[in-house]
Amino acid sequence: MELFWYSVLIGMLAVYVVFDGYDFGAGIVHLFFAKKEEDKQLITKSIGPFWDANEVWLIAAGGLLFFAFPLLYASAFSGFYLPLMMILWLLIFRAIGLELRGQIHHSMWHAIWDKAFGVSSLLLALFFGLALGNVVRGVNLGGVENGVSSYEATYFFLPLWNSSLDPLAERLGVIDWFTLLLGIIAVISLTIHGANWVILKTNSTLNEQLKKMIFRLNFLLVLFLIASVSTLDIVQPTIFKNYKEYPVLFVFPLMTIVGVAGLFAVKIYKKEIWGFLSSTLFLFGGFTTTAAAMYPVLLPSTNSMNDSLTVYNTITEGYGLSVGLNWFLIGIVLVVLYFIVQHRVFRGKMDAVDYGEH
Amino acid sequence: MEDMLFYDRMQFAFTITFHYLFPQLTMGLSLIIVYFKWKFLRSKNLVYNDSAKFWMKIFAINFSMGVVTGIPMEFQFGTNWAKFSELTGSVVGQTLAMEGMFSFFLESSFLGLFLFGEKLLGHKLHFLTGFLVFLGSWMSGWFILATNAWMQHPVGYEILENGKFVLTNFTELFTNPWLLPAYLHNQAASLVTASFVVASIGAFYVLSEKHEKFGKLFLRTGVVFGLISTLIVAFPTGDMNAKNVAKYQPASFAAMEGIFHTEEGGAEIVLIGQPNMKEERLDNKFAVPNVLSFLTYQDWNAEVKGLNEFDKKDWPTNVPGLYYSYHIMVGLGTLFIGLMALAMFLSWRGILVKTKWVLWALLFAVPFPYIANITGWYTAELGRQPWLVYDLMRTAAGASPTVSSGNTLFTLLGFIGLYLLLGLLFLILVGKLVYSGPKTLKD
Repeated sequence: MELFWYSVLIGMLAVYVVFDGYDFGAGIVHLFFAKKEEDKQLITKSIGPFWDANEVWLIAAGGLLFFAFPLLYASAFSGFYLPLMMILWLLIFRAIGLELRGQIHHSMWHAIWDKAFGVSSLLLALFFGLALGNVVRGVNLGGVENGVSSYEATYFFLPLWNSSLDPLAERLGVIDWFTLLLGIIAVISLTIHGANWVILKTNSTLNEQLKKMIFRLNFLLVLFLIASVSTLDIVQPTIFKNYKEYPVLFVFPLMTIVGVAGLFAVKIYKKEIWGFLSSTLFLFGGFTTTAAAMYPVLLPSTNSMNDSLTVYNTITEGYGLSVGLNWFLIGIVLVVLYFIVQHRVFRGKMDAVDYGEH
Repeated sequence: MEDMLFYDRMQFAFTITFHYLFPQLTMGLSLIIVYFKWKFLRSKNLVYNDSAKFWMKIFAINFSMGVVTGIPMEFQFGTNWAKFSELTGSVVGQTLAMEGMFSFFLESSFLGLFLFGEKLLGHKLHFLTGFLVFLGSWMSGWFILATNAWMQHPVGYEILENGKFVLTNFTELFTNPWLLPAYLHNQAASLVTASFVVASIGAFYVLSEKHEKFGKLFLRTGVVFGLISTLIVAFPTGDMNAKNVAKYQPASFAAMEGIFHTEEGGAEIVLIGQPNMKEERLDNKFAVPNVLSFLTYQDWNAEVKGLNEFDKKDWPTNVPGLYYSYHIMVGLGTLFIGLMALAMFLSWRGILVKTKWVLWALLFAVPFPYIANITGWYTAELGRQPWLVYDLMRTAAGASPTVSSGNTLFTLLGFIGLYLLLGLLFLILVGKLVYSGPKTLKD
């Protein structure tokens, strides 16, 4: 039961990373590469009918976390209070940037919302990377200082940063050199992913330039990946334990590697879908690789006094889970159906689709 | 500690109040748009399709505002009310997770198709996508009301030794006697808001002699939907809710009605008066004897318990706030029925468009259904205090243990600033759409 709901949660988050990831990435591409008005419009058009539904994966995963692992939901959401609130504000800015841009036809109006959309996409990618870094590194559960817990053993509170940016300090912050490393990886990978989406869904004049960009950025990505993997066991010494015990789990890192390798070939693919599939495979693989390493821990404790939060000590009671299973299975079938309908109707390149500036 | 609770409550109150300005129009308006689209399919009269298109534009902006202000609501259960989430997650997490799976995906997947897909889909499928968006938004309301109903009147649970609420009966969550009356009342009230908005813009076009063909249609439609929904809000749904409060939350009922002391031989209904908390009575009271007993128990002499019968620590935290919210809601609801009945009568006689003062009244009535909806929710929520889970878990026990008041005030101020911006943008953009009016396009 624990493993099942953990897989459901990770699965939904992984889908979220892949789906909302491409529209965050499209936002970053929009910010840095789109100079002409028609390219800007094409990029927003390519995610127009999709981004809202993509975001629902986050909301639904949040709901599922609340339902299946209420203690983790309570502890993590209150402990990461400030970064979560900032994520909310960024999500609001991003959404209104996308929705309101077309309402008034004036270059200054467009300029404001273009920046709001682009900058918030970039910062959200960074924040989600930081979040993953925090979950891998762990937090000071119970707020232990000098051997005394200042809160209940399952709660914590994290400021945005501490003065040393050291992931091994007793007083931790959300931002340190390790979490920042993952934040940068998130920005790079979503930029690549978003560029692949733009290439796939539009005939913008940027496409050739974006392919070159993906190719170059991929080297940087590999570099940062190596850096993060080699520092992982400093921050989280037990991280490779699951892989030693269950070699079958290597299927996840394998997906990651195949994905990255596939990205190097972006310039030679005849079909543009291959580029997008590569970055999809990389993101999905990267996220599940981390999750497979962590299980059964959901949020590690950085002190020796209080136990980590795991699937076992945070999961809700059996009856609720078993009725939940019934509606979840019905729900997920419907969701897949909606996505098929949606992507069938808006299939292919979006240039000619006139869903218009209302 | 006191400060912290205050800011947590202020932030939730502020963000939910602002949020609910939008879904109440979304839910009601989606039904009216589906109606216009359906009339077009039946009559092939393009005015109906153009009307549907016009309202879809306003709907789109309104829906976005509802979505972006809705996400913080789900987050805040965890960020600010962590103890509540931890202890009741087994029950409350159930309904909230179902809302995500069953209504958010439905709404968001088909909204794009509904807004942008008319040409790609053809009119019949386009109607279907509109219907699915309507269904999604009304289901969302259902799950939220189910969650709230459980907090107002907990059912189907068991409390473990460690204080955790554990779900024991899933079906009871949805057959909760609190749920159906509250849901119908809420949905009818959201239709009241939408009807008033539609009628008001109709009145604006008729009075300003622009887009008069649309103006007349909006007036007619707004008034018909308006009269039906204002009546349903009062009876049977309002009546059923009041009886539920009297039955399950007698202390809140006494505070709502302004009854400080149990009266012999039947309770009066208070129409006007100001709660005087020091002397525990109403100042400047204007009341009608025995009517409250009759309305509540169909017996002119039935006893209605006054606040004096309850321990002070179990009184609603803000008795005057609760009393005023309830009286504003009921007072406005009564005026709405009067205005809509008059407008309906004039419309039936064919002289509504010529009766200018009624058109002006409809034009400026728009803020009031919003106020009535919000004060209605204040009545429910202030009535639930001092409890998070009625009679079982106090509000103070639900707040996050590690979030300091300084941090909550910081984010509260952030939300106030951000939402001021959103509100301004909403008014500008909807104002612009209304001003430019519906267009008859040939496509």
